[in-house]
Amino acid sequence: MRNRLLSTLVLLLAAVIPPAQAQDLFMVRSRLPFAETMLMLQEAVSDQGYKLSRVQRVDVGLTNMGYETDKYRVVFFGKPDQVRRLSETHPELIPYLPLKIAIFAEETDTLLVAANPRRLAEFYDDEELRGVFAQWADDMQVMMDKLQNAEGM
Amino acid sequence: MWLRVILVAIVMSFVAPAMAAPDGARLYRRLCSVCHGDDGNGGVGVPLRLPAFQSSVSDAYLKKTIKHGRPGRIMPAFDYLNEAEVQAIVDHIRGWNEGKRPGFSQARIRGDAGHGAKLFAKHCAQCHGENGQGGHGTGVTFSRPRDLPIIAPALNNPGFLAAAPDAMIKATLEKGREGTPMVSFRKQGLSEQDINDLVAYVRSFEQQHPEPDRLAQEIEPILVYESPYGLEETVEAVKRAAVGRNFRLIREQTLENGLFPEDQENDRQVIVYFCNFNFLYDALAVDPRVGLFLPCRVTVVEQQGRVKVMSINPKRLSTLFNNENLNQACDHMYQLYTEILEEATF
Repeated sequence: MRNRLLSTLVLLLAAVIPPAQAQDLFMVRSRLPFAETMLMLQEAVSDQGYKLSRVQRVDVGLTNMGYETDKYRVVFFGKPDQVRRLSETHPELIPYLPLKIAIFAEETDTLLVAANPRRLAEFYDDEELRGVFAQWADDMQVMMDKLQNAEGM
Repeated sequence: MWLRVILVAIVMSFVAPAMAAPDGARLYRRLCSVCHGDDGNGGVGVPLRLPAFQSSVSDAYLKKTIKHGRPGRIMPAFDYLNEAEVQAIVDHIRGWNEGKRPGFSQARIRGDAGHGAKLFAKHCAQCHGENGQGGHGTGVTFSRPRDLPIIAPALNNPGFLAAAPDAMIKATLEKGREGTPMVSFRKQGLSEQDINDLVAYVRSFEQQHPEPDRLAQEIEPILVYESPYGLEETVEAVKRAAVGRNFRLIREQTLENGLFPEDQENDRQVIVYFCNFNFLYDALAVDPRVGLFLPCRVTVVEQQGRVKVMSINPKRLSTLFNNENLNQACDHMYQLYTEILEEATF
């Protein structure tokens, strides 16, 4: 009887729990202007326990070369000790370190794009890394949600 | 008894939210608004709010499009959404217009595809491409304004062909879509039979059998070469190789730069950043999300006395973007990276 109850419950749960979302990219639209979103992104990165390592000013480079473009930056970040450890234990991961989010203006809105770190698990078949990628993905989702739902300072 | 109560409580905590009606506005905002705009005014994606669009597509078309996407044309397949969630998104989209939701017969329209091909070359190919492959690039780009609100859709796309019944294609040809470059071809002088022939030709795209893409899992995630030289010498060789391929060096730093105080950084992991701004500008037009590849980068690493030169494999990363035009740019980048790594370690 107990087994039958358990089996029924397991089947029921399997039917109603949605499958894990498997986007290839995290992409969100912030209703806030670029400068404000950029500040909030830096805060969100820090709130999730990461350190901002650099901002690549793509738009500045393009403008300096005579091209017309709106605001476009790439934000790099990581957990210092984790980056150091992973680069030693898994040097094949180095080209994908540190993490990054592209942020750019679209008229009065700002868009943010990041590769879903869970997809890296397909690149690297490693149990330890799978856990790391899942954590990065969860953290990035939190950052993206914050920015998408932000209503201004 | 207690076990049963606890188990039921656990199950109910999952069942109750799952059984609640999905929130279409929330789903749209999370999954669709980045490309189609918060209010459906378009962007990279189609302006879904446009009355002429809404009056020319069925709910079934929208649902199939959400489920299957447009392979190779940015719109991803949201195949993990359940029926109720897809319906909720469609209802949200339909909420922008009060008009009737059209329905279309699923029956095939008979026509002369050969004659349709001639008409297609004359009237349609200029926007939709010689083989129905659609316009180049995205809609209104993320970062720069474009002249057109939308890019002509790829009529040969398997996602489009699966979603659009013949009657819908015919209605669009007959009425056009106000607010887009798509005009009414009845008003342009084509007869109903001509339009049927065009529909038959568009449907014949289903018989095209494009080469299947190589499975992403079969593509190495990184490019890596072992260098016979020391780290500093290899870094210089990478820089020379990049400059020799019309890249401009923009920065040299350690991997740990910005993460640790300068005097504590591991100086045996050196990143060389470089850029070809002309190529970058073109790539941004192809796909404004290309920032995730930026800037071009090669890392030189010394570990246990061995020096390796490595980069991402653009071919592998491009599989995340569902953009066949970007794939072409990434093939070119792959070639350039390979040449740089080979030359630097030769």
